[in-house]
Amino acid sequence: MVQKIDMRSTLLSLTILLVGIFIWHVTTHVPDTGPKGVVLSQTETDTLLGKKMLPEDIEYYSAQGVEFSQLEQIASLNLSRAMIEAAGGIRALGISVPDENSAPAPGSLFPSPSQIGSELWATVTDPFYVAGTNDMGYGIQMGYSLLRVLIGYSLSAAVAIPLGFLIGMSPMFYKALDPFIQVLKPISPLAWMPIALFTIGDSELSSIFVIFICSLWPMLTNTAFGVAGVRSDWVNVARTHELSTTKTALTVILPAAAPTIITGMRISIGIAWLVIVAAEMLVGGTGIGYVVWNEWNGLRLDRMIVAILLIGVVGMLLDAAFARLQRAVAYAE
Amino acid sequence: MTKPFLSIELLTQQFPDGAGGTLTVFENSTFGVEQGEFVCILGHSGCGKSTIMNVLAGLAEPTSGTVIMDGELVSGPSLDRGVVFQNYSLLPWLSALKNVMFGVAARHQDWSKSEVQAHSEKYLAMVGLDGDAIHRKPSQLSGGMRQRVSIARAFANHPKLLLLDEPFGALDALTRGTIQDELLKIWNGTNQTVFMITHDIDEAILLADRILVMTNGPFARVAEAVEITIPRPRRREEIIDHPNYYAIRNHLVHFLGSRSKELAGQSGGGEVHSPETIRIDRTGTDTLEGDDDPTHQAQLRAVNE
Repeated sequence: MVQKIDMRSTLLSLTILLVGIFIWHVTTHVPDTGPKGVVLSQTETDTLLGKKMLPEDIEYYSAQGVEFSQLEQIASLNLSRAMIEAAGGIRALGISVPDENSAPAPGSLFPSPSQIGSELWATVTDPFYVAGTNDMGYGIQMGYSLLRVLIGYSLSAAVAIPLGFLIGMSPMFYKALDPFIQVLKPISPLAWMPIALFTIGDSELSSIFVIFICSLWPMLTNTAFGVAGVRSDWVNVARTHELSTTKTALTVILPAAAPTIITGMRISIGIAWLVIVAAEMLVGGTGIGYVVWNEWNGLRLDRMIVAILLIGVVGMLLDAAFARLQRAVAYAE
Repeated sequence: MTKPFLSIELLTQQFPDGAGGTLTVFENSTFGVEQGEFVCILGHSGCGKSTIMNVLAGLAEPTSGTVIMDGELVSGPSLDRGVVFQNYSLLPWLSALKNVMFGVAARHQDWSKSEVQAHSEKYLAMVGLDGDAIHRKPSQLSGGMRQRVSIARAFANHPKLLLLDEPFGALDALTRGTIQDELLKIWNGTNQTVFMITHDIDEAILLADRILVMTNGPFARVAEAVEITIPRPRRREEIIDHPNYYAIRNHLVHFLGSRSKELAGQSGGGEVHSPETIRIDRTGTDTLEGDDDPTHQAQLRAVNE
């Protein structure tokens, strides 16, 4: 039954993906409007050869869309291709041929799936090249973003989890700190940016600070909630076994509250990953958020979409890692 | 007069009644439990049995009064007073074995891990748990098995006093019977002092040396201490044929049925409420004896051995 559902859902996902890509392809596909080669009949070719035109010249011009009557004109000039080129090309000789540069504007600027596909392939196969400060592999840019998230998030966890324990275990601290948490929690992480830039100065540290502050609240409130909600029976077990406060916190409260704490950490890493992209757009320099902004400014929409796609994939992997951690600490009552 | 091993003196518990006044659950309760004795406490819901239990465990503070165990004042929880809770209170993220080891390791901090494990496995085997089952998490065990683990955890620590808070309340009748037998088996070998709350008269008669019966609250008190004059070892299918069984049982049913209400009183005004010792023995000549002398209890212990 479960296998059947799994199979069906996979099938449906694939169908949605294919339909999506098809619609994308149809709406962004631009028919090739460049010069089309002219196919000459055998008699036409023979006529031109009879006029002493070289076979490779016939092929060269016809491929550019030069028609038979115009080829006859060229042949009648009795000039070699090198000479015609030296004179400025056949157009300079008064023969009007389709211009490859004057092809009509494509129907859409938005890149098609195939363009994204090839760009994605290029990115994935060479993620770590460095060709200049503004042209680095997305692997390196992603590394910058992940490093910032890692530092800000770790600092945040180091503060939020012990503080959450304190608040959860002590109603006094809970009441004392609750007003601050309630006021600071709803502030958008990016609203901290100007304060951070002014006080810290360094843009790198500022973005780390923003990650720190936005990761803090879900971890703090979830830890406090989880710790405060530990069943009193389990705490009583610790008490009747004369465990010290530290030992109770580590051997009873921590495992009992772990699922709630990890849930908070999972929410936090999601927010941190959302915020780093926005923060890097603001401060610039490096990072995948900056890449999106940079490619937009360069109107390289294909590269921008690849970057966006990669942001999604990395976010998913981060979430999956915490989902795995969540399963590891889960218990059934 | 020597004090009993566990002495509850003038214990009073009051709670705010939610309307600005106070609700007195019990007042000036005084009773004792001898070393090695198995005492059950019977009473209707709300008479404060669990409150007495929590005070004995050190998990709650009485409004006034003292509990003295082995010459020492009880204050706060201690490893000397093991508790088996009604809802097992096993840590759900630990296996059955690890739950017992948790207790043993807390008691014997100087033991090596293998000593702790061997000791824990021994006590799990005593309650009939071995092999694969001891490595399962509580959620993968039946209610009966969980309570066995909880009992093993308590006995493995050799507490001076074992407190059982309606340990079989959540179990079906058949499982309850099996675990009662196991509890008796493990208790017989230890001379462990046990104080147990129960709702079940038959269970109390099977297990206890003495049954304390409480009147209804508020102002509940331990009104009687009924001696169980049925020799040990007891087997459930044999004790029902003992001449004292139904005499004791009827007495208890009458008490809980009507007298617990009649005796449910108002404040005794500082009067000390010691239970009246009731001894029912249809095997000899004495049929009913009222006895207020607490020293009598020690002699009666011999009847049960």
